[in-house]
Amino acid sequence: MSEARDGHPLDGGVRAIAEAVRSGEATAVGIVEEAFRRIRESDTELHCFNLLTEEAALEAAASVDESVARGIDPGALAGVPVALKDNLCTKGTETTCSSKILQGWKPPYDATVVSRLRAAGAIAVGKTNLDEFAMGSSTENSAFGPTRNPWDVTRVPGGSSGGSSAAVAAGLVATSLGSDTGGSIRQPASLCGVVGIKPTYGLVSRYGLIAFASSLDQIGTFAVEVGDAAATLEVIAGHDPADSTSLGQPAPSLLDRLFDGVEGLRVGLISDFLADVAAPCSKAADDAGEALARAGAKVEQVSIPEMLLGLPAYYIIAPAEASSNLARYDGVRYGLRVDGPDVETMNARTRAEGFGPEVRRRIMIGTYALSSGYYDAYYGQAQKARTLVIRAFEAAYERFDVLLAPTTPSTAFKLGAKTANPIEMYLSDLCTIPSNLSGHPAVSVPFALDPDGLPVGVQVLAPALGEALMLRVAATVEAFASPSARGPVRPRPTGGEVEPGG
Amino acid sequence: MTSSAARISLDEVRHVARLARLELTEDEIATLQGELSALLDHVDKVRRLDTADIPPTAHPLPLENVLRPDEVQPCLDRDVVLAAAPAVESDRFLVPSILGDAP
Repeated sequence: MSEARDGHPLDGGVRAIAEAVRSGEATAVGIVEEAFRRIRESDTELHCFNLLTEEAALEAAASVDESVARGIDPGALAGVPVALKDNLCTKGTETTCSSKILQGWKPPYDATVVSRLRAAGAIAVGKTNLDEFAMGSSTENSAFGPTRNPWDVTRVPGGSSGGSSAAVAAGLVATSLGSDTGGSIRQPASLCGVVGIKPTYGLVSRYGLIAFASSLDQIGTFAVEVGDAAATLEVIAGHDPADSTSLGQPAPSLLDRLFDGVEGLRVGLISDFLADVAAPCSKAADDAGEALARAGAKVEQVSIPEMLLGLPAYYIIAPAEASSNLARYDGVRYGLRVDGPDVETMNARTRAEGFGPEVRRRIMIGTYALSSGYYDAYYGQAQKARTLVIRAFEAAYERFDVLLAPTTPSTAFKLGAKTANPIEMYLSDLCTIPSNLSGHPAVSVPFALDPDGLPVGVQVLAPALGEALMLRVAATVEAFASPSARGPVRPRPTGGEVEPGG
Repeated sequence: MTSSAARISLDEVRHVARLARLELTEDEIATLQGELSALLDHVDKVRRLDTADIPPTAHPLPLENVLRPDEVQPCLDRDVVLAAAPAVESDRFLVPSILGDAP
């Protein structure tokens, strides 16, 4: 545990907080009050949160403390403050997807992941900012203004789960949930110096996650350390009858063998991204490979050229699915309505007014790719490219237990640097997208700092349901990482030297 | 982005906007023409891929129908659902005219 994390019990991380609360060493109320004190201090500048639920959080914390006093086990995440991406439904609490079209909407039910967190004693403190409908890589596409990176507030936190990653990086909460459709957990985790896990498609229920691209979307977790992100994942994973795409398995045990090491494991270092990735990012992946070799793994470079089909295939498939999923925002049953003389004009005005430019762009791309005459050339071809990506992964996993790659092509970029050119922004997801197409798990682990003092993550990828092994490798990478490369940090106004905070 | 503008015409952009139920201004249509063309350039690698004998993948899981016993279960209360709607009349969602003027 680094020096940054030995101050308030809130800095102990998910497992230590739960242990302290369950044993009566610390109170949930004390921890949650500290979380809100920090949020008040920092969030005006950072804008991690769209909405705070302080009253409900303090009530829930008091009830956890009462359970402890009565000798009742309050659960595996007792008193752990958690932030929820604002595309996860919370009963009676506004859920916006950072979109004007849903502003003010209060869902009539909780997402399954939210119910599971509450049942485990975790305390939801608020809803975090995102790129509108999770479409973006910088959180600048939010209708409510961008989130800022706590390592340097002139830079983006990544996206789309930028509020959730920045809240953990700034030490405002111990853990948070995000969703990852093309890298929306791993990319912001890398840019904010925290751990971000995208589990196997179907391991975590998507019931109550507002859909973007249904064959790619998956909910996952953020924390400062691998073990803490895994502890939150254990609670939210497992079959849910309310999600027909949820796998039959119960939640896997992810912590039992976390520190068993990597002796004898075969690790493939994917070489195909190198041409498109900045030197500090490819160097971090190389160095992580060397570290794993020192720890006893057999590390080899591997070329999987199909990885480079991922990005173009994704930018057909994801918008196509989005154009269909977002057809429901029509001004009839919920959300914004802009009136018109007939229903079609009302629909079209509502959607033009309610959706921001990136969402409109994706709906247009997707509608075009699915339209008569273009379906086979674009959507059909992209689905076949997806098959090639999956086959390439399967072939690689015959030779390797896990794969290693950079998480992102660059470290955190300046606010506004890529907003004028959508395609340049799309390239941010180059290294993360293939795992969404294949449905396989992947995790980003903070590993080093670039010459500007910004964190650089590396990605560990595993075959379907390989989370336990993947996280074991990630924990080994973490053990060799520079401790200064991870949060929490105190927000810095001018982008100068960053000192560990906490 | 004029170099790739040929990939999609302004009329096609207008047509797609109509299909997507988006009321766009002429400026927005012109901007989207450039952006869509650039994107179509970017994904051309996929369009030109030789995919003979490659089956499409729609979904990462081998999905089967998921069934449950046909029993009545609690569902959302109608009032709760209607409370979220922009306009309601007689326990129904209210929308503007669908088929032109009422007879």
